[in-house]
Parts: sequence; C-alpha cells; structure tokens
Amino acid sequence: MIIQTIAFYAFAAVTLISAFMVIAARNPVHSVLYLILAFFNSAALFLLMGAEFIAMILVIVYVGAVAVLFLFVVMMLDINLAELRQGFLKYLPIGAAVGLVLFAELMLALGAWVVAPGAKGAIAANQAALAKTSNTAAIGKVLYTDYFFLFQASGIVLLVAMIGAIVLTLRQRAGVRRQKIGDQIARTREEAVTVVKVPVGGGI
Amino acid sequence: MQIGLEHYLAVAAVLFTLGIFGIFLNRKNVIVILMSVELMLLAVNINLVAFSTHLGDMTGQVFAMLVLTVAAAEAAIGLAILVVYFRNRGTIAVEDINLMKG
Repeated sequence: MIIQTIAFYAFAAVTLISAFMVIAARNPVHSVLYLILAFFNSAALFLLMGAEFIAMILVIVYVGAVAVLFLFVVMMLDINLAELRQGFLKYLPIGAAVGLVLFAELMLALGAWVVAPGAKGAIAANQAALAKTSNTAAIGKVLYTDYFFLFQASGIVLLVAMIGAIVLTLRQRAGVRRQKIGDQIARTREEAVTVVKVPVGGGI
Repeated sequence: MQIGLEHYLAVAAVLFTLGIFGIFLNRKNVIVILMSVELMLLAVNINLVAFSTHLGDMTGQVFAMLVLTVAAAEAAIGLAILVVYFRNRGTIAVEDINLMKG
C-alpha cells in the first residue's frame, strides 16, 4: 500500500508540474513535449485507479495522435517566439485571480461531497461484480449494449472532424506543375505528332 | 495513508485550474490555448474515471472515452483552422483575430 501511495504522489506531482510547464514554457515545442509528459503521467494515474483500458487509450490517442498533431503544427508555423511572450505579465494578475477563485470553488465542492449512507452497500456490490471480469471486458459489456448509439455517434464525430480538417487545409496552388493523367490519356496522334517532308539538303 | 477518491479529485481540480490559468496567460499564442483546453479535458477525464472506479460503475469510463473522442476531433479541427488562419494572415495572436468584428 505504501508503494501505491508513493507512486500516486510521484505521478501526480509530475503531471501537475509538467502541466504548469505547458502554459509557462517559452518555446511552444517545449510546451508540446511537457504536454506529452503530462499525458503519460496521467495515464499512469489511470493505471493506479484500475482503469487499464482508458490508460492505454489515453497513451495511444493523446500521445500518439493529438500531441503529434500539435507538434506538427507548431513546427510548421513560422512563429516569432519573442512576440509570443508579450503581454504574459499583463494578464498574470487577472489570470491568477480567476484561477484562485475557481480553485477555491472546486475545493469547497470537493470538501462538501460525501457518498450517500445508503449507497455504501450498492457500491460494494458493484465493486465485487467488477472484480470478476477484466477492465476491458467490463467496458465492452457496457459500451456495446447500453451506449451503442453513443459509440456510433462518436464514430460520426471523428468522421466529420476528419473530413472537416481535410477540407479546411486542402488548397490548390497556382503555378505548380502536376501530372494530369486525364490530359495525358486524351492526347491523340494527330495533335502530338506532325509528319514533315524534309527537302534534301534543306533542313527544317 | 490510503489513496482515495479525494486525492484524484484534488489532482483533477489543480489540473483544471492550470488549464484556465493557461488560457488567461497566453493571449498571443492560440496553440498554447488549445493545449490548455486539452489539459482541462484531461482533468475532466480524471474526474470521470476516479468516480467510475470508486463507485464501481463502468459508465464513467465509457464517458471518458467519449470525451477523449471529442477532444481528438476538437484538436484536429482547431489546428486545421489555425493553419488556414496563419496561411491567410501570418499571425496566430488572439488579439489579431477580429475579422468578424463589425
């Protein structure tokens, strides 16, 4: 149990420190790398909670797709780094004030929260039922029955996002020479070749 | 000392606050604002999964997966809009994004 406690505090500390570095780092590339670190450590937190499937999905989706997408965009855009930091200190007081108020509210809500006394038995029964199957099997049993339409809808969301991203970023640049297969196939012998009668000793 | 639900909720609360803080702080850089939104969604996911494992109800983990899906879609669309905007205007500062202002 002591190992679990130490692991929790280590992963939570690294998550929060790297989350702070995401917003405080001078270079956006460093921000993305700290974001990847935060995702890895929160995946470890999920593992500690016992949600193995979500932890692995988090690594695959967030680190493998989202963070790499951020990295591509940060490196693709030619941004002036010095210009980005302007106004950082100007917005620090208001940001800190809003953050502190929100944090105080969250902590108040957290402190006032208790499990209903009658629900203790139901929770224990749920835990006992879940302990029989693996985490992945338990998710599958719920996801493909009760939440099947939500599952399909999330697939549609991803499809729309994919089409939208392609439509937004696709552009036809003028002046770029590309292979036009239709034009190549439509060429006939008449327009491609002319037979010239060359007079002897005259040349063309 | 036993690690319980409250510890995870506290971590998620701090993470969410950091996300809000990042949105206020980085007014010149839309990319970092998008990353802050990702941090806030991660905090929500930690909350959902913490309650799910604590109460023994798998619904929270299913919803965490849906939040993950929406976060991925949002990042893709947001970054695509950002790339198009940078191509047209040559800047990503929030203050310069005022084309729709009357």
